[in-house]
This record gives sequence, structure tokens and C-alpha cells, in this order.
Amino acid sequence: MEPRGARIAVRVMTWITLLFLYIPLVIIIVYAFNDSIGQKWPLEGVTTRWFGVAWSNGEVRQSLVNSLVVAAIATVLALLLGTAASFAVHRFRFFGREAVSFALVLPIALPGILTGIALNSAINVSGVPFSLLTIMVGHATFCVVVVYNNVLARLRRTPTSLVEASMDLGADGWQTFRYVTFPALRTALVAGALLAFALSFDEIIVTNFVSGVELTLPKWIFNNLRQPRNRPVVNVVAVVVMLLSLIPVYLAQRLAGREGVGVGGSGTRSA
Amino acid sequence: MATATESPSAHGGVFRRLSRTLFRHPLLKLATLLAAPITWMVVVYLGALAFLLVTAFWSVDSFTGSIVRSWGFQNFQELWSVQVYRTIALRTLGIAIGVAVADIMLAFPLAYYAARIATPRVRNALLLAVVVPLWASYLVRVFAWKLILTPNGFLNWLVELTGVGSLQIGASNWAVWITFVYLWLPFTLLPIYSSLERIPPSFLEASSDLGGKSWVTFRRVVWPLALPGVVAGSIFAFSLTLGDYITPTLVGNTQFIGNVIYNNVGIANNLPLAAAYAFVPIVIISVYLIIARALGAFEAL
Repeated sequence: MEPRGARIAVRVMTWITLLFLYIPLVIIIVYAFNDSIGQKWPLEGVTTRWFGVAWSNGEVRQSLVNSLVVAAIATVLALLLGTAASFAVHRFRFFGREAVSFALVLPIALPGILTGIALNSAINVSGVPFSLLTIMVGHATFCVVVVYNNVLARLRRTPTSLVEASMDLGADGWQTFRYVTFPALRTALVAGALLAFALSFDEIIVTNFVSGVELTLPKWIFNNLRQPRNRPVVNVVAVVVMLLSLIPVYLAQRLAGREGVGVGGSGTRSA
Repeated sequence: MATATESPSAHGGVFRRLSRTLFRHPLLKLATLLAAPITWMVVVYLGALAFLLVTAFWSVDSFTGSIVRSWGFQNFQELWSVQVYRTIALRTLGIAIGVAVADIMLAFPLAYYAARIATPRVRNALLLAVVVPLWASYLVRVFAWKLILTPNGFLNWLVELTGVGSLQIGASNWAVWITFVYLWLPFTLLPIYSSLERIPPSFLEASSDLGGKSWVTFRRVVWPLALPGVVAGSIFAFSLTLGDYITPTLVGNTQFIGNVIYNNVGIANNLPLAAAYAFVPIVIISVYLIIARALGAFEAL
């Protein structure tokens, strides 16, 4: 048992760390309502008018649409590739099985800048023009692993006896998949998809290298941060990006949290 | 005999025939499952990565700006002989170490509280509270620090409240350091938490039964058992800092390894040099991982 003094000290430090974690998030939300074009704290006035200004900004709207489209398609690609890979690794023992897992984790294990320049130079050499397509390909590459991790974890916890029972009762492979395997996986698939979407939606490090002149919302923020006249709109867009990447994660947590979906830990990457 | 009963049903006939074929030929099934992911990873990713590493040994024609495919160590020689590149590498390494140390100091008490003092409900709430900021958009969190650190921003308001004057770290290495500490804190915290959680309470009881004061118990029982988790947590803080270019661009005023790579891919258009410089974080991280492995950090991940 720790002495009283130490317990109090640990408790105080815990609170300090929590404040350190959350003050910046609160600040972001507060600044979206900043009336002034300056950045003085405390705010001199409160308004919601910058939300309207941001919405009527054509470039911002285009960036939002791009971000949504890219995230949606990257998620679909990640679902297909990640699910196939997790089935292969779960159901079979084959040469290079470890290597498959390793290759899938690599894009989030290596610093993002390496993934970025590698894809950038490959796109340059291949002659494919930089476009939304190249962003989707880049994002799908590091999104596969979240789907893979979630589906594989679920497959490992689903007893194989269920599949055997289904076959014994006369179901063929398709029926077994349709009525046994898929229902067991459903929440893991949705959770994996939501996480992949969130990962893609707020990505900037790789996006900068694979997007050419196309804009996504994070890239718009990055480009406009230093322009004083765009400051209030940047504040608003920042809140929108933050919420649109938090909401899917919250849903994933709600949907499959009880069943242990990997929202945290090494399945997460920011850089 | 099988043929007599084989009547394709009205719906799902194609799927059924397909699934039957796949069931009879497991290798074919494996190939179908693996073809797309493997092709994708090999062609899109590993190929690109291998190409990048090769590029480091090529050079750029300074006149036309196009890549010359002649092999040599000229990029590495340039990086080694030019003072600026060495300074930048050392600065990045220094900040990465500072970030890892600060993250451990901030994370340890919270991890300890969650693992050993809090009730199960509080523990779950704390862990969730730590993970949520990870998903709140990396760029937005960097931007938050830019707002906090501006000359008349939140931090200075706080400092002036205490009456000790003002603090001008708006665009500096201090700003870069504090932002990195913030960004990677959750990554550091989770492994430390799981290593603390795994220490059996009986070890602590044994220590105090044998007359160990609480400080002695901490130093000789808790800390050695938590060390693999601490090292595992520091891996993230350390390696993520080494490759980052966004944070120094937004809140700093000096160059880091990531900035040099980014600028050489973009404005300076010298991919071979950028690729060669990318070897610096790779080598440092590899050395760090070897040390971490020796300290048992991989079991704590």
C-alpha cells in the first residue's frame, strides 16, 4: 500500500495530465466561436457567423467533398483487402504467413513521412497523374491494417465449431458464410470501417505527398494556417475535422466496444 | 451418385458452385483470398519503399533536375560533410529524447493511478479519456498548440495570472517539444499502464512483509517490472518525433529531419538526397529498437 502522501501526489499528477490532454481540445472548440480575426485569449466576443462564412467558401466545400469521397473509397478498399487478408491468415497455415501480417502493419509502424515519399516517388515514376485516385490508394494502404486487426481478432474469438456445425447440418460454403460467419463478423467489419474512415479523413502527413494540387480538409487547413485573413475559417474547419474524425470512433466504440474492438493501442496512428 | 442430386438451386446457384469449387481446392481458396492484398502491398507499398531506398544511391542532374541512375554514395557523403545536416539530425535526436523523457514523466503517475489505485469504473473512464485525444485529428491538435502558444494566447494569459511576467515561446524549439509531448502522450501511456497492471499485488505485499518501505518497494519491485512498458512507450514518442515534419513547420522556427526530407521532395526537387536523409531516422530507430528489445520492451507491447 502506498503512503497517503504518495497517493495524493499521484492523484494530483493524474489530474494535471488529464487537463494537459483536454485543454487543447476545448481551446479548439472555443476558438471556432471567436468573433475577432485575431487570436487573443480570452476571446473578445463570441459569434457563430464564421460557420456560415466557412460553408459559403467554395474551396472549403470542395475540400470537404474530396475528404468524404476519399475516405469512403479508401474505406471500401481497406474493407475488401483487410477482410481477405484476415481470412487467409486465420484459416490457413502457409509459407510467409508472418510476412503478410508484417507487411500490413508496416505502413503505420514506419514514420508517415517514409510512406509519403515512397508513394510520392512511385507515383512520379509510374506516370499516373496526382489526383483523388492517388490519395485513395495512399490512404487505403495504411487503412487496411485497422480492418485486418479488427476482423482477425473477431475470427480468433469465433469458435470454429460453429462453422463445422453448419457444415455438418448440410450447409454449403456459401450458406455457412452467409448465415454463420458473416453475422459473427458484422460488428467487427463496421467498427473496422469506421476506424478506417476516421484514419483517412484527418490524415495529412501522407496526403501532402500523394495529392498533387487536390485539396482535402486537413490539407486546406495546412495551406491556410499562415494566412491571417483565413484564420476564423481555419478555426471552424478545425472543429469540423476534429468532430468528423471523433464521431466514427465513438460509434465504433459504442457498436463493438463491449466485444473488444481495437480503438486504441498500436492499431492507431497519427504520424 | 453425387451428380444425381446435384441440381443447381434457383438462387445463389453461381455462389454455390463457386463455394463448392473453393471448398474442394483449399489452395485455390487461399490464392483467391491472398491475391488482392498481397498484390496491393507488394506493388503499391513495398515496391515504392524498395524504390525509395534505391533512389538514395542515385543523384540529381543539377542542370536538368532529373534523376540520374548512377550508383554511388554521393548523397550520404554530402549529408555527412555539410554541417547543417548534422546539426539538424542532432537537434531532432535531442528533441526526440526530451519528448520521450517528458512523456514518461507525465504518463507514469496516471498509468499508476489507473492500474493500481482507481476502482474498475474509474480505470475504464481514465483509459478512454487517454485514448480519445488520439482520434481527435493529429493536425487539429498541432493547430491547438499554435493557438495556445501565440504571444497573447492562452498560455501567456495563464502565466500572467500567476504574476511572474510573460513567456514567449510561440515559435521555438520549446513549442515543438511541448507539442510533441502532447501528441504522443497516449502512445506512451498505454504500454506503461499494461505493464503496471500486470504486477501481481502479492509482490508488493511480499515486499512490505519483508520490511520494504514504500519507496524501496517502488524502486526495487514496481520500477524494474514496469521498465519494459516504459521503454515500449518511449519507442512511440521517440520514433514518431524523428519523422515528423508538420509540427516543426507549424509551431517551430528551426529545421528538423522531416522538414529537410519534405522540402527536398517538394521545393528543392532532390528526391535522392531526401531518400538518403530518410536513412537517418531509420538507422536511429533500428538501434533504438534493438536496445528496447534487449530491455524486454517487445513483450510489453
